[in-house]
Amino acid sequence: MATDVMTAQAPAEGLHGVATDFAADKQAFPVPWGKVMMWIFLLSDTFIFSCFLTGYMNVRISTTAKWANPSAVFSLAIGQTEVPLLLIAIMTMVLITSSGTMAMAVNFGYRRNRSVTTALMLVTAGLGACFVGMQAFEWSKLILIEGVRPWGSALGPPQFGAVFFMVTGFHGLHVSAGVVYLCVVAMRVWNGFYDRKGTYETVEVVGLYWHFVDLVWVFIFALFYLW
Amino acid sequence: MAYVAMADRDDPHALHDPQSFVTKYIWSQDHKVIAIQYGVTAIAIGLVALVLSLVMRLQLGFPHAFSLIAPTDYYQAITMHGMIMVIYLLTALFLGGFGNYLIPLMCGSRDMVFPYLNMVSYWVYLLAVIVLVIGFFVPGGPTGAGWTLYPPQAVSKGTPGATWGIVCMLISLGIFIVAFTMGGLNYVTTVLQARCRGMTLMRMPLSVWGIFTATILGLLAFPALLVSAVMMTLDSTVGTSFFMPAMVSMGHSPTHSGGSPLLFQHLFWFFGHPEVYIVALPAFGIVSDLLSTHARRHIFGYRMMVWAILAIGCLSFVVWAHHMYVSGMNPYFGFFFATTTLIIAVPTALKVYNWVLTLWRGDIHLTVPMLFAIGFIFTFIHGGLTGLFLGNVTVDVPLSATYFVVAHFHMVMGVSPILVVFGAVYHWYPKITGKMMNDFLGRLHFWITFLGVYAIYLPMHYLGILGVPRRYYAYTTTDFPQSVQELNRAITISALIVGAAQLILLYNLVYSLFRGKPSGPNPWRATTLEWQTPDTPPHHGNWGPKLPVVYRWAYDYSVPGASDDFIPQNVPPGPTAPATHGHGSDT
Ligand code: HEM
Ligand SMILES: [Cu+2]
Repeated sequence: MATDVMTAQAPAEGLHGVATDFAADKQAFPVPWGKVMMWIFLLSDTFIFSCFLTGYMNVRISTTAKWANPSAVFSLAIGQTEVPLLLIAIMTMVLITSSGTMAMAVNFGYRRNRSVTTALMLVTAGLGACFVGMQAFEWSKLILIEGVRPWGSALGPPQFGAVFFMVTGFHGLHVSAGVVYLCVVAMRVWNGFYDRKGTYETVEVVGLYWHFVDLVWVFIFALFYLW
Repeated sequence: MAYVAMADRDDPHALHDPQSFVTKYIWSQDHKVIAIQYGVTAIAIGLVALVLSLVMRLQLGFPHAFSLIAPTDYYQAITMHGMIMVIYLLTALFLGGFGNYLIPLMCGSRDMVFPYLNMVSYWVYLLAVIVLVIGFFVPGGPTGAGWTLYPPQAVSKGTPGATWGIVCMLISLGIFIVAFTMGGLNYVTTVLQARCRGMTLMRMPLSVWGIFTATILGLLAFPALLVSAVMMTLDSTVGTSFFMPAMVSMGHSPTHSGGSPLLFQHLFWFFGHPEVYIVALPAFGIVSDLLSTHARRHIFGYRMMVWAILAIGCLSFVVWAHHMYVSGMNPYFGFFFATTTLIIAVPTALKVYNWVLTLWRGDIHLTVPMLFAIGFIFTFIHGGLTGLFLGNVTVDVPLSATYFVVAHFHMVMGVSPILVVFGAVYHWYPKITGKMMNDFLGRLHFWITFLGVYAIYLPMHYLGILGVPRRYYAYTTTDFPQSVQELNRAITISALIVGAAQLILLYNLVYSLFRGKPSGPNPWRATTLEWQTPDTPPHHGNWGPKLPVVYRWAYDYSVPGASDDFIPQNVPPGPTAPATHGHGSDT
C-alpha cells in the first residue's frame, strides 16, 4: 500500500525538491508498514525473552540446591524403556516442520494461489496446536506424576518448577496466539480479502511472527533441556 | 485488517470525518483526540501524585501538627507518588500525549499508520490507571515498597500493601506496558515510514527525534520491567521464589528459599535507567524547538543534536548498575558502570552547550514558553552536575539513600521535564484550541514554579550532605542540627506554594478555552509543519486535500535575504525564501 502511493504521486511538484532528497525521503525502509511494525515488535519481544532467559540462567546459577537432571525428568516410557527427551524431540520437530509449511504458505501467497496458501496456513496452525497440546501433556505429566510445582518439587530446587512453567508457559502463550492469528489470516485469504486488497503481504507478516516463535523455542529447548 | 491506510495519502476520500459525538471525541481514532485523552488522563492522575507529595511534605515540615498520615501511610505515599509521577504522568504525557499530537503533524502525515491500534492504546492505558487507583482501595491499601519495588520487602508481611497492593501495582504496570507497546509501535513506524514528501530524517524537528528515540528506548526497556513484574507477581501470589531468599520475617519464616533479590534490582534498573531518558529525551527535543522558535535563530549544531540523542539512547542501556553501588554486587561492576555513566555526560553536556549557543545572539522573545525553556536549562544543568557526583562510586556511597539523591533526581527528571511540559503546553495550546493562553497568568505560573522549585530542592542537597536519610517519616530521636527541622519547614511551605501555583495553570487552561484571544494559525511565526495546517485546530486528516511537501529543514529563522524572519518548511525556494545550505537542502 505504502509503496504504490510513492509511485502514484507525480514527481512534477518541484523536481528540484525531489533531486535534493534521496533515499531517506518518505520511508526509511521500502517495505509495507505492517511489516516494519512487526519487525519492531519482534525486537521488543526478543528483549522480553532475553530477560526471561537471563533470569532463568541467573536463578539456576545462584541457587544452592542441585538442579534437576533434564534427561531424567523429561523422559518418556515406551514399553519398558525410558527414552530421554523423546517427547520434546517430537515437539521440536513439529514446530520446525510448521516453520517449513509457513514458508511455503508465504511462497504460494506471492503467487496469489488462494487455496494452497489457505491450506498451508491451516496446516501450520494445526501443527502449532499440536505443539501446544503436547506441551499440555508434558505439563500434566510433570505436575501429576512427577509432582513438580511452581513453589517446589522433589526433583530440584523450587526455582526449577517455577522457571520452567513460567518460560515454557510464556512461549506456549505465544504459540497459541500465533495459532489464532494464523486462523484469522487464513480465513481472510480464503474469502479473497487479500485478492481484493491486491497484496498478500499480511501472510508474510504472520510468517515473521511464526518463525520468530520457532526461533525462540530453539533457545528454550537448548537452555532448558540440553543444559 | 480493519484500518484505512491513509497516513500518507493525498486522497481525502478515505477520510470520512466522524460525525457523531461519540466517534468524534470518545472512540476516536484521530491522533489529536487520542493525544488529548492521554494528556488529560495523565494530568488527572498526576494531580493525585502532587497531592500525595504535599501530604508527605506536611508531615516532614510539621511532624506533630497535622497527623494526616501514619508511618505506614508515608511509605505508601512515596511509592505511589514516585511511580505515578514517573510512569503514569511523565511517560504517558510525553509519548502518549505529545508524541501522538506532534508526530503526524510535524512529519506531515494524516494520522498514525494504524489509528485503530492507537485508539486501543489509550483505552488500555486508562485501564492501567484504573487498576492503579483500585490499588488505593484494596484491603491493606497500596503498596509501600518504594517506587523501586525492591524484594524481598515488597512482598513480605510488614510492608504495607504486601498482599493486595503490590499485586495491583504489578498488574497495572503490566497493562501499562501493553498500552505503551501498542502506541509505541505506531509512533516508531509512523516516523520511519509515513513522512510527507521531502521530510527526510535529517529535516525532522528535534521534537520528533526526541520522542522517536525515547519510544525506541521504551520498547526495549519496558520488557525488563514486564519480566520482573511477572516474576514478582508469581512470587507473591503463587509462592515461587525467584526473588525471595530464605529468611525470617517478623518472627516467622516464609516458605521461600533460594531466590535472588539482586536479580530483581538488575532487571528493574535495566528498565529504570533508560526510563530516565524516556522522560528526558522528549524534553530535550521539545526544548530545542522552543528555544529555536522563540530566539528566532536556527538550532545550533542540528546534526550534533541528533547524534547526541541517539548516542544517549544507546549509552543509557549500559549504565543501569550505577543505581546499585551499595547493593553488594561485585565491586568491579562499580568501576565499569561509573565509567559508562561519566561517558554519557559527554553527549549530554554537548546538548547543553548547543542550547546555550542557540540563544547566543538570538533575537530572544521572553514569551511564556521561552521562559520555561530557559528555566529548563538552569534546572537541567543543576541536576546534571549533581548526577556527576552520584555517578562516582566513592562519592555515591556516603550520599546514597540521602536527601542529596532526592534533590538530584527531582531536579533532573522531575522538575526539568515538567518545566518543558509546561512550556510545551503554552506553546502548542494555540494550535490545539485556536486560542492564546493568558500571558499574565502564564508568567505568574512560571515565576512561582521556577523560583519555588529552587526553594524546595536546593536546601535538600544540604540536608543530604548532613546525612538526612530519604524515605523517613520523622527524625525525632536522631540528633540532627536545629537547621534540619527549620529547613524542612521552609521546604514544606515552598512546596505548598508551588503546588498551589499549579492551580493557576489549570485555571488558565480552562479560562483561555473560553476567553482566550484567537491565536490564528501560527502565532509564534514558527517554521514547523504543524503550524502550517489549513485549519486551526487541524481537522481530521490534518492537511485538507493535498499533503504538504517539504523543501527545507525545520530551523530557517532569520535567513538573510528572506522577506520574513522565518521560512516554513513547506515553502519552496524562491526570491523571498532563499534555499538554505542548512541541513535541509544537502541531505
Ligand atoms: C511539587 C513537586 C514535588 C514534591 C513537593 C515532591 C516531594 C517528594 C517527597 C516528599 C518525596 C519523598 C522523599 C522521601 O521521603 O524519601 C518524593 C519522592 C519521589 N518523587 Fe517527588 N515531589 C515532587 C515532584 C515529583 C516529580 C515531578 C517527579 C517525577 C519524576 C517525582 C518523583 C519522585 C520519585 C521517583 C520519588 C521517590 C519515591 C521513592 O523513594 O520510592 N516527584 N517526592
Ligand atoms: Cu540511572
